[in-house]
Amino acid sequence: MNLLEILSYGFIQRALLAGTLIALLCSVLGVFLVLRRLSLIGDGLAHVTFGSTAIALALKLYSAMSLLVSAPIVMLASLGILKLSEKGRLSGDAAIGLVSALGISIGIILASAGGGYNVDLLSYLFGNILSIRSEEVVIAALLCAGVMLMLTLYYHELFAISFSDELAQVSGIRTSYINAVLVLLTALSVVLAMKLVGVMLISSMLIVPAATALQLARGFKVCIVLAALQGCSSVIIGIIISIMTNLPASASIVMVNLLFFVIACVARRIIYPKNNN
Amino acid sequence: MPGPIVTTELLSCSYREGRVLEDISFQVKRGDYVGIVGPNGSGKSTLIKALLGLVTIGNGSVTLFGTPLSSFRDWHKVGYLPQSLHLVNPVFPATVHETVGLGLLSLKRFPKRLNRADKDKINTILYELGILDLERKLIGELSGGQLQRVLLARAIVNEPELLVLDEPTAALDPETRGRFYAMIADINRSRSVTILLVTHDSGAIGEHASKMLYLDKKLLFYGSFDQFCHSPEMSSLFGEHSQHLICHRH
Repeated sequence: MNLLEILSYGFIQRALLAGTLIALLCSVLGVFLVLRRLSLIGDGLAHVTFGSTAIALALKLYSAMSLLVSAPIVMLASLGILKLSEKGRLSGDAAIGLVSALGISIGIILASAGGGYNVDLLSYLFGNILSIRSEEVVIAALLCAGVMLMLTLYYHELFAISFSDELAQVSGIRTSYINAVLVLLTALSVVLAMKLVGVMLISSMLIVPAATALQLARGFKVCIVLAALQGCSSVIIGIIISIMTNLPASASIVMVNLLFFVIACVARRIIYPKNNN
Repeated sequence: MPGPIVTTELLSCSYREGRVLEDISFQVKRGDYVGIVGPNGSGKSTLIKALLGLVTIGNGSVTLFGTPLSSFRDWHKVGYLPQSLHLVNPVFPATVHETVGLGLLSLKRFPKRLNRADKDKINTILYELGILDLERKLIGELSGGQLQRVLLARAIVNEPELLVLDEPTAALDPETRGRFYAMIADINRSRSVTILLVTHDSGAIGEHASKMLYLDKKLLFYGSFDQFCHSPEMSSLFGEHSQHLICHRH
């Protein structure tokens, strides 16, 4: 099968389109999350998405409809993580761990009680971008547009809190509000990305493009653009590799992502030999 | 006659370990250069943070530019240079130009955007502080002294009326430290910026500050450097020999 033939299939076109949009979201948000040391929030929220998907399936809501159940639950969980770390005398990672454990245990309880929908639910563990439906592509496009608009509007505030909460506060920026915006946008993106890579690999979509861009970027805006380019390229290349080799798409995408990271690390050593400490 | 820039009344703050500040009352007038000194753990940094709303105030009140802190919104009037250089993540990918640009956000309404005039302003302040050549460098590539100047540029690029500095010279060698104090004194004089500067270095700050505030959880002294040098309370605190060293080292 040649590349043009591959690209002529509707399900592959949908996978490429939705995958690129989701990768764009995750990569850009990932830069802020990694710099704010909230990298693992994606992992925690993915576990909550797993639990909320179990609830949706128990209510016989499938596919795009399950997003309507998952999105508000995961958004609430993201705010819960924020509140726990701000007011609960907990570090961010402990708060993520708590909420994550709650999400995954709800998912397991409902999965074992429900029996009949176990297979559907388990598909969310590893994702299946190639089975994405047209309505899910539309939802991904709409959410992507919304999230990107918010990121554009709040770019400087997000940049400021990523640099330093303290300095941002003294610049009159409402840091708790901007933190809430960041985790809510992340929650939406995680719910969308579940279909792409599943619970197990979701954090790689958020972390790896940002980590790769940080190796080479000379400037904050450049870092965001590099992360976005790397995230989108990984999805496109990963999906094509997956079809040509019959490997799972989610794992292929993540492996391409990691390969980019390794290349960036090597390139950094060559380009900036003095800055390798 | 313009009112005071900063007023605290019976200000108290506590952490879990206990009370850090107790009944602090003082006023800072426009154009003052106040050196805040005191031993380790005396609450100097907490005082600064309380003035800027960065820690919760237990009792008492803070007023900035005549407005109670809780309703103060004119943050463009305030510049802040924090204590620790490790506040800056060394792998943060921002350039010097982008970092200094953050200081202009307090002047902007939503959605915050920097325009050509802002970029010129950033270049001007970098030039004035002698660091224009660092414009395209990443902040992680700077030396301690360079980073301190960049953070100072960030703090004053919005032309604040009050500049608050928390141990700004802690990571600098003595020569760079001296130049830094002189630079702050020049900002105080030439731009009429009110300065609040926390330091361990009572002697060095005394050369430039118009007032000294000595803190050890309680306010033990607030007055001119001259008064500080002739204060019997300070003599008994430091011992006459040490006080002499502080006051006459220049």
